[in-house]
Amino acid sequence: MMVGPVKIRVEGVSKVFGREPKAALAKVRDGMDKAQLLEGTGHVLGLYEITLNIRAGEIFVIMGLSGCGKSTLIRHFNRLIEPTDGRILFDGEDILTYDTARLQAFRRRKVAMVFQRFALLPHKTVIENVAYGLTLDGVERASAMARAADQIALVGLAGFEDSYPAQLSGGMQQRVGLARALATDADVLLMDEAFSALDPLIRHDMQLQLKDLQGRLGKTIVFITHDLDEALLLGDHIAILKDGTLRQSGTGADILAHPADEYVARFVRDVNRGRILLCGAFAEAGLIPAADAPVIPAETTLEAAFAIFAGGAPAVAIRGRDGTITGGLTPRRVMEALARE
Amino acid sequence: MTSGFPDLWDTRSFGRSLDAAFNAVVANWGPTLEMIFMPLLRLLTGLERGLQFLPWWVVVGMFCAFTYAVSRQWRPVIAVAALLVTLGLLGVWNDAMATIALMLAATLISVALGMPTGIAMSRSDRVRRAMLPVLDIMQTMPIFVYLIPFVMLFGPGKIPALLATIVFAIPPVIRLTDLGIRQVDAEILEASRSFGASSRQQLWTVQVPLAMPTIMAGINQTTMMALSMVVIASMIGAGGLGYQVLQGIQRLEVSRGLIAGLGIVVLAITFDRIAQSYGRRVQANLHREKA
Repeated sequence: MMVGPVKIRVEGVSKVFGREPKAALAKVRDGMDKAQLLEGTGHVLGLYEITLNIRAGEIFVIMGLSGCGKSTLIRHFNRLIEPTDGRILFDGEDILTYDTARLQAFRRRKVAMVFQRFALLPHKTVIENVAYGLTLDGVERASAMARAADQIALVGLAGFEDSYPAQLSGGMQQRVGLARALATDADVLLMDEAFSALDPLIRHDMQLQLKDLQGRLGKTIVFITHDLDEALLLGDHIAILKDGTLRQSGTGADILAHPADEYVARFVRDVNRGRILLCGAFAEAGLIPAADAPVIPAETTLEAAFAIFAGGAPAVAIRGRDGTITGGLTPRRVMEALARE
Repeated sequence: MTSGFPDLWDTRSFGRSLDAAFNAVVANWGPTLEMIFMPLLRLLTGLERGLQFLPWWVVVGMFCAFTYAVSRQWRPVIAVAALLVTLGLLGVWNDAMATIALMLAATLISVALGMPTGIAMSRSDRVRRAMLPVLDIMQTMPIFVYLIPFVMLFGPGKIPALLATIVFAIPPVIRLTDLGIRQVDAEILEASRSFGASSRQQLWTVQVPLAMPTIMAGINQTTMMALSMVVIASMIGAGGLGYQVLQGIQRLEVSRGLIAGLGIVVLAITFDRIAQSYGRRVQANLHREKA
């Protein structure tokens, strides 16, 4: 994965919902927990001291169960929700300093959002929906329509330009949502549980299509989900949220291999580890396989190594990124890696 | 005379000073107010003369064209044509045109004032809290209570009739504009904000279009209430079908009252048909079945 510069930096962001959020936040800083805060003051702690770096060109997944604050967090990135405390830097600029006009321009050009329940305009056709962001920005109608038509073709909906959203299936509607977000040519896409409302098969198609689009367009994508498999499939980096606090962030393989705490460990327990863990992490440096042993790259998943072991090889050599053999991997070692609780 | 409740303050002199104040307004401002409301009178008489001057088939044609334009269906067009011809057959064509003119003028002005008021209410809880009791009073205050001051200000005629009709008919369009906008799906509104819509853009691209079926229901109710005012308005000089009903009562001519009354019913059905067929089309656009 290409590692770009930091695109969005979230610095110590906290959010309290209620009448006097600042005072309530001070109480949390003095040691009150979420339940006590709600009981004692009627304030809801949404997010607490979140710090994250999201890099240009990656898919950054924020995951957690419902109520963990993930939807609140993503709405801070385009200021649909204002933080109680902290800073949000976009390309190094603090977006919290923007006035209304500046914020509108920022939303029109720099970030675009895709919603869980699509949130299309029911009274507008597909092409009008896709062109919506452009028309808000005052782009001349003919060119807005032309750009919208391109995006519709890109997401595979050519021919449906003049349909109304309610005439389309859920998967097609979300493609419209995606095309609408792509049309403004924003660098950053915010996707709030964008595929959660879709059937499993369509959902998988959309996930693959998103990865493909991201590979071609190089967008920075912030993706919210409650589904760990989706997070692991899509995310270059994953942040796990619980009760408004950040429990762990890192690559999927990192999190599986070294869960930061009990909660994360429980969370990732039922994942198909073979599909996520990489051979390189389990190679034994001391083990030098026979000269004729098969060689596989370190970034191969354990599951992909099964086929080679099934062929009868007692061990495989692992080749690092620089081309040298870093060690060997035996079936026994793979079993250990998969069996670890 | 004994009264059940002690006289804590002098209601009589309060009433007298209120009357005196109002009389002063009538004496000093009457002509000015009449000037201010002159354009309304022009609108109303213009509509009335226009409708009565045009040959009946032109009027029927215009209504049919309008119905088709808003409904895109032939059934309501045929119904409207049949209903209007019925008015002619009942022999109340000219009176019906006068009544339609009053109704249209009252409805147009109600919508022109009511929609912005409803929009303001939907955008500010404070405005809403202030307006709701005013609307409640407008809808529950017996009509004659404000009919009399209007007549005192303008003298019997079309202006007080029109104003009284507006006061009576405007609450539904205000209430339902407010309600419709407040009921717009918050997620769609959020999406529009996320793409950088200003609050004006949110209003015109999301809130008003999505509230339109509800607003139309309000306009329909306003039309019906304006129509239900025509008999009362005729007492202060509105003319039209209401006047025929009034005369029927005064002369004890059952037939005159009955025929004019039927004419009012036919008008009500006509406007209801038009409004409903439009409402159905808007609804259909918002919730189209899968093709």
